[in-house]
Amino acid sequence: MDTPAAEVPEVLRIVQRCEALFEDLHFNAVKDWKAAAPGRKAIGYMPVYVPRELIHAAGYLPVGILGGGDQIEVIQGDAYYQSYICRIPRSTIELGLTGRLDCLDGMLFPSICDVIRNLSGMWQILFKDKYVRYVDVPQNYQDEVGGVFYQQEMQHIRDDLGRMRGSPITDEELNASIRVYNDNRQVIRDLYAYRAAKPWQAPTSEVYLLLRAGMVLPVEAHTALVRDYLAAAEKLARPRRDNARIVINGSFCEQPPLALIKSIEMAGCYIVDDDFILVTRWLLDDVPTDGDPLAELSRAFLHRSASTAAKYDARREDKGVFLMKQVKTSGAEGVVFAAPSFCDPALLERPMLQDVLSRHGIPHTAFKYAENTGQMAPIREQAGTFADSIKLWNAA
Amino acid sequence: MNTPIAMPTPTGSAKRPPPVQKEDAMWLQKELINANYADLARAHGQGRKVAATFVPGNLNELLMCFDFARSLPETNALQNGMRKKSGKMIMDAEREGQSEDVCTYVKADLGMLQAGEVGPTGEPMPRPDLLLLSYTGCFTFMKWFELVRHKYGGETVMLHVPYQGEGKIAPNMRDYVVKQLKETVIPALERVSGVKFDIDRLRQYMRESVKAEEDLVAVLQSAKHRPSPIDGYFGAVYYIGPIFTAFRGTPEATQYYRTLRAEIEERVRLGKGPVTPDGDMGEEKYRLVVEGPPNWTSFRDFWRMFYEEGAVVVSSTYAKVGGLYDFGFRHDPEHPLESLAEYCLGCYTNLNLPSRVDMICKYIDEYQADGLLINSIKSCNSFSAGQLLMLREVERRTGKPAAFIETDLVDPRYFSAANVKNRLESYFQMIRQKRLAHADAPAPFVPITPAH
Repeated sequence: MDTPAAEVPEVLRIVQRCEALFEDLHFNAVKDWKAAAPGRKAIGYMPVYVPRELIHAAGYLPVGILGGGDQIEVIQGDAYYQSYICRIPRSTIELGLTGRLDCLDGMLFPSICDVIRNLSGMWQILFKDKYVRYVDVPQNYQDEVGGVFYQQEMQHIRDDLGRMRGSPITDEELNASIRVYNDNRQVIRDLYAYRAAKPWQAPTSEVYLLLRAGMVLPVEAHTALVRDYLAAAEKLARPRRDNARIVINGSFCEQPPLALIKSIEMAGCYIVDDDFILVTRWLLDDVPTDGDPLAELSRAFLHRSASTAAKYDARREDKGVFLMKQVKTSGAEGVVFAAPSFCDPALLERPMLQDVLSRHGIPHTAFKYAENTGQMAPIREQAGTFADSIKLWNAA
Repeated sequence: MNTPIAMPTPTGSAKRPPPVQKEDAMWLQKELINANYADLARAHGQGRKVAATFVPGNLNELLMCFDFARSLPETNALQNGMRKKSGKMIMDAEREGQSEDVCTYVKADLGMLQAGEVGPTGEPMPRPDLLLLSYTGCFTFMKWFELVRHKYGGETVMLHVPYQGEGKIAPNMRDYVVKQLKETVIPALERVSGVKFDIDRLRQYMRESVKAEEDLVAVLQSAKHRPSPIDGYFGAVYYIGPIFTAFRGTPEATQYYRTLRAEIEERVRLGKGPVTPDGDMGEEKYRLVVEGPPNWTSFRDFWRMFYEEGAVVVSSTYAKVGGLYDFGFRHDPEHPLESLAEYCLGCYTNLNLPSRVDMICKYIDEYQADGLLINSIKSCNSFSAGQLLMLREVERRTGKPAAFIETDLVDPRYFSAANVKNRLESYFQMIRQKRLAHADAPAPFVPITPAH
């Protein structure tokens, strides 16, 4: 018999709502949003980072597309990819070919790797009636060089979306959208800080679902939802365990199945920082809202953004600095490298990060997954052994 | 003009291989490549600096302005692959923590460095003083040089080359590359080399480049003849060697391409087909366009599967991996930096998929090819991701049959000769059947959109 809704704690009701959004691969939340007013449009984007403010400023809904997870059987998508290519593009193609993404009026493909880059061209061929844009982000971090180029790229998207809606996007609209996303970034920072402080109160399996809800909800609604979660989470006391505190690294694009996150937690790990759904935390602090909006977004990206394998580290000594900061800030005791199979950026980055951690005496372990990985026992065993070894070292 | 030369017997082989036949220009090419390894080995002793940089859209003329010796890591890896050395290097790199999933060029390079920094020819391979990251058409390049820098030190310099996502080079893309050349790349080259930049020296090298580019295009386009005097894939990898590596802009390259062109024009005059390692090819039965890089570890075996069946590759996308000269690009001494930017931006893997499909369709049309063969490379997502859709599109638009095989660049574990041969034989059969069907009812004309 189901528990009456009134008896379900608020925090779990929020999580249930997020889980329903996560499992809905027909994107009904997006369809509902579009149906609520005439002329509404939705623009999809893939990992890792796109300036969602541009879409929001047009009055459109940004929709994060993170593949099909472990919930769809990929049939057509497999016919487009060789066995040695990761899973996210094939399940994304599956979503597109089965009509699940018909609610999207366009797709943005940010530069992250060769596979996602080439997927932008596949989308141009397969979905000719949709707006498709490859979003090049600079690997040169000088304001007058890479910054100017990045602003021009953003301006291009701004012009395209302005044409789509029939009027240019103004600076005021953009600054207002930056403000709204600053609020969202702040609440996500609060959420991450809360989890790092009390990981037993905010399990990552819940935090993850909250972030996923932000992929389909309007940003204002998502900000409110996260605030509600933080308030509700504090009201429900949960048991504290003697778990190892770990950071997850390598999952910035193709996402692990939810069961994998749960397995790591069940194996005795508190995930206190990660790189899941990094679009929500890519910019590390507030973007000023009283200047030239594109210049400010550019400066934020160039100088105050998260580091991933998809970004160039200009100097040898820069490698691993961001990860080490994550470890220290969150009070982590170890790092779990969890990368998708055949993910070139994450897997090529990993040996360098492992070396940096080893030099700092930070324990680490590594495994690969696919978004539809079903067998959790080996991962649970590996994570459990890792957690045990951390506890033993700490005790020694 | 063709000189049979006996190759040394590989250690442990019971059978002596037959003499390898090559065009004189192929031997000259080999001498050039070996000369560059000798130059690299001597460079530090002569007080010169060494730069490593990648093949696609490289800045060879610019590097020569600073007297750098030039090392091309992909070329090193493929040379090791052809010499059967790469398998151990890859496994050594995997033992050191590299994933089995990632690019084998990277692992072959790391394995070579681990093994004591000896190059493919057995001469010392000096550590680069500068890793020039011409980031064109491949994200893996970025990680590759970060890995080399992380383990062996040295300095990286990034030249971020935007992708042609819209199928064209927008003015802001070119301006961005030029600005990086002026403000980041050239100052770094000056600082590391101690040589001041002289733009007139760059112009002079570019004037030399144009001569070689003209001759190379004539050679590649000679395959429009029947029979084709060249193999535009297996033979072309020899032809592109000097121009895509350390020789573009040198008189040696000019001489090489002049010689090559004369040889090929003579073959056209005589109505001859390509020279293969077993001598002149027999009757030309199939004309193919090939997409994707070749396998290097079994290069001769792979090629033999084609020429023994009378199949010649009339054009390939891999022969354009360094630059698209056959679509009109020439280095422009009057606008040197802008021209370098256009070169970087225009190389094959920096094109979006629709442009790549256009290009292949155009080749099938202009070279009167029977169809498309895709050699899909496990290591190279830049080439491989999306190739199955490209195959469908090309078939749909040209009405010509296409086939798909899978190998790898330099990992011998991923070359299954029996599988590849079976697929090729089936493909040739498919072409024959298609011809018979067409003899009764010709295929309708399908318009082909020009590339760019």
